[in-house]
Amino acid sequence: MTRKQKRLALIGSALGVLGLAVGLMLFALRDNVVFFYGPTEMAEKHVGPGQRLRIGGLVKTGSLVHLEGKSVTFAVSDGNAEVPVAYTGLLPDLFREGQGVVAEGALDKGGVFRADSILAKHDERYMPREVADALKKQGVWAGGAENPAATQVAKPAGATQ
Amino acid sequence: MIVELGHYALVLAFALSIMQTVLPFWGARAHEARLMAVARPVALTQFAFVALSYAALTYAHVASDFSLANVVENSHSTKPLIYKISGVWGNHEGSMMLWVLILTLSGAAMAAFSRAIPPRLLADALSVQGLLCAAFLLFILLTSNPFARLSPAPIEGADLNPILQDPGLAIHPPLLYLGYVGFSIVFSLAAAALIGGRIDAAFARFIRPWTLAAWCFLTLGIAMGSYWAYYTLGWGGFWFWDPVENASLLPWLAGTALLHSAAVMEKREALKIWTIFLAILAFSLSLLGTFLVRSGVLTSVHAFASDPQRGLFILGILVLFIGGALFLFMTRASSLKQGGLFAPISREGALVLNNLLLTASCAAVFVGTLYPLALEAINGDKISVGAPFFNLTFGPLVAPVLLLAPLGQLLSWKRGDLLGAAHRLFFAAVCGLAAMLIFAAINGAPVVAFIGAGVAIYLIVGAFTEIFGRIFPSGLGSSKNAFYRAKGLPLSAWGTAFAHAGLGVTLLGLAATGWGVEKIVAMKQGQTYDVGPYQLEVIGLTSQQGPNYKETLAHMSVRRDGQIVALIQPAKRFFTTRRMATTQAGIVTLNFGQIYVSIADQNESGSLDARLYWKPLVSLIWVGALVMAFGGGLSLSDRRLRVGVARRAAKIPAGAQGAS
Repeated sequence: MTRKQKRLALIGSALGVLGLAVGLMLFALRDNVVFFYGPTEMAEKHVGPGQRLRIGGLVKTGSLVHLEGKSVTFAVSDGNAEVPVAYTGLLPDLFREGQGVVAEGALDKGGVFRADSILAKHDERYMPREVADALKKQGVWAGGAENPAATQVAKPAGATQ
Repeated sequence: MIVELGHYALVLAFALSIMQTVLPFWGARAHEARLMAVARPVALTQFAFVALSYAALTYAHVASDFSLANVVENSHSTKPLIYKISGVWGNHEGSMMLWVLILTLSGAAMAAFSRAIPPRLLADALSVQGLLCAAFLLFILLTSNPFARLSPAPIEGADLNPILQDPGLAIHPPLLYLGYVGFSIVFSLAAAALIGGRIDAAFARFIRPWTLAAWCFLTLGIAMGSYWAYYTLGWGGFWFWDPVENASLLPWLAGTALLHSAAVMEKREALKIWTIFLAILAFSLSLLGTFLVRSGVLTSVHAFASDPQRGLFILGILVLFIGGALFLFMTRASSLKQGGLFAPISREGALVLNNLLLTASCAAVFVGTLYPLALEAINGDKISVGAPFFNLTFGPLVAPVLLLAPLGQLLSWKRGDLLGAAHRLFFAAVCGLAAMLIFAAINGAPVVAFIGAGVAIYLIVGAFTEIFGRIFPSGLGSSKNAFYRAKGLPLSAWGTAFAHAGLGVTLLGLAATGWGVEKIVAMKQGQTYDVGPYQLEVIGLTSQQGPNYKETLAHMSVRRDGQIVALIQPAKRFFTTRRMATTQAGIVTLNFGQIYVSIADQNESGSLDARLYWKPLVSLIWVGALVMAFGGGLSLSDRRLRVGVARRAAKIPAGAQGAS
């Protein structure tokens, strides 16, 4: 092989790998991206059944119902609109009424959001950012970043955050 | 008083870092040896002052000095001592202190152990390192001062976030930071080499030990973090493609590529420009990780700082260093001379392919991590890019690396014999295929799982094929002097073999998740529940009081064929100060697999909601990382590659070296 051919082989394989990477990424980004909506946005965007979504808001106080087995239903609200959610499985430690929650799943034909995973953040002073934004949009919450008015937790004495 | 001393020491360290930046650089320009020589003692003193300051902060935490805002927010007088110490880095300010401590440690290590490096290069490198220290010290002093006082001082603190009160957290951040920040040495050397404009094979020899050390720590740190998430979060997952995890994976991928390209540069003086680029990239990605985690731009448990001022400051540091280094690279790289030539089929060729694939997979993780942030910044759409994206992009890009790793080891430098290498891999391939067939016979797993398991076995056997060939040059019959030949092999060869095999071990653990069993049940006392080949039974519940929490323990027995093989105690802890519950998963390791139980609260009917998992071979995921790091350590202790060898080699004649 001449020097030129060697260099061409090198450049060729580099371009090949680069092309493969770009192709894979574009393909994956087309189908594997999950949008995040608050309940109001969901109503505005007329989300159809079956589309995978993440929704977030507060667990509406008084809406949590334990069904048979490990199924629960509750409503996610941003103060303006709300979405009924059904979930089967263990709820995270920090899942509580009145607290922020993020659920991933899809709407069924009856308009109920079938969640297959529920995230409640692991620090109760911490509000999932999307939830905070969704609530701010609806004017429900205008608090600081870390201590939403919605949490009813006695703040430890002396905490300055 | 001690606290004020700590604060003062930090300010002094900042002043020293400015000295370290300016004087050696000036000295190198003015050819003034005395000015250049200032760098070394200043780097050591600076580390001493930061260590003093860090010790003062630790003292405040241990002594529960609640006049310090940082202690009040993150500590409690009843917190166990180990978490008072590890709690220092369990918050924004403290973790930046740990970052700077290790940054100055890196500078000091470079100053102490790099006598082989030409004085000009060392002066410039320590000057760049000084600038890094200065930037981060200023960041701490201006935006994240851990020594801020609180008046009046409260009587009690708010305690540390309970999920951070765990032995895993005591080890994970220091290891991770040693890896992250360890790459700063390589970065500084690369920047200095670009400033100086002369780069030869010796440069690869200078950066190699530092790269290896940082890589080993990073490997261990990532593994530790993953295991911590696995057992604390209570849902049995060990990797979530969370941006914070990705932030540690990015420098690891770049660092792995760097290790391999530095080998080419050292042996063949090829890939010079590329190696320099990777040296810059590895630490740039560490900086990016710090920005993502510390600025609060992410939605993640790790992002406890959400002050925009801090974010902008770190962004400034990021732009200054990455931009500056890339600018240097742009203006100087073209003047570097091309190195040795090689045929596409050769050790170099295989390493180039390894580098291409690793950087491409790094790019895929990068895009998946930053695309959601960019999209939100541009049009406000909030999206999440989860595991499916990474499986589809990262997976196919890394798979060829796994297949090629044993092949690359067997190709010779300059021009390799592909057929010969493939022939020697025949045994490994047969083992892999056999394993694949055996695993395929076990029902219940997707195709990917047994293909992965087969490749893993091929990778492990293949990793040792080269060494085997060198110990037994003509088959097992030639075992007479095998022991001496094995002893005579360079440690770096053993290191490569172990590191590659470790990758195979991890892959085997990952593949075996395909046979995992997951169950969610309402457990009643006296009833048994099947999980994989085992049966679980609840014996009873007890409550106990911990130092700063109340705990409900569930006692369960694990049986196989009627025999009790283990007891398992999952628990639920309630931390009184933060009014927060955590799940302590019960984990038992049996034959490298694990039974994993996490419990929820007791139902009104008295039954206990629980997640039960049987995860065959899951512990191999982390064992593999240990093996990789062990391989790295072996390579690091290879006499030929140790720091400072070049100078000693110059003194000792080549023949005498083996005897010493």
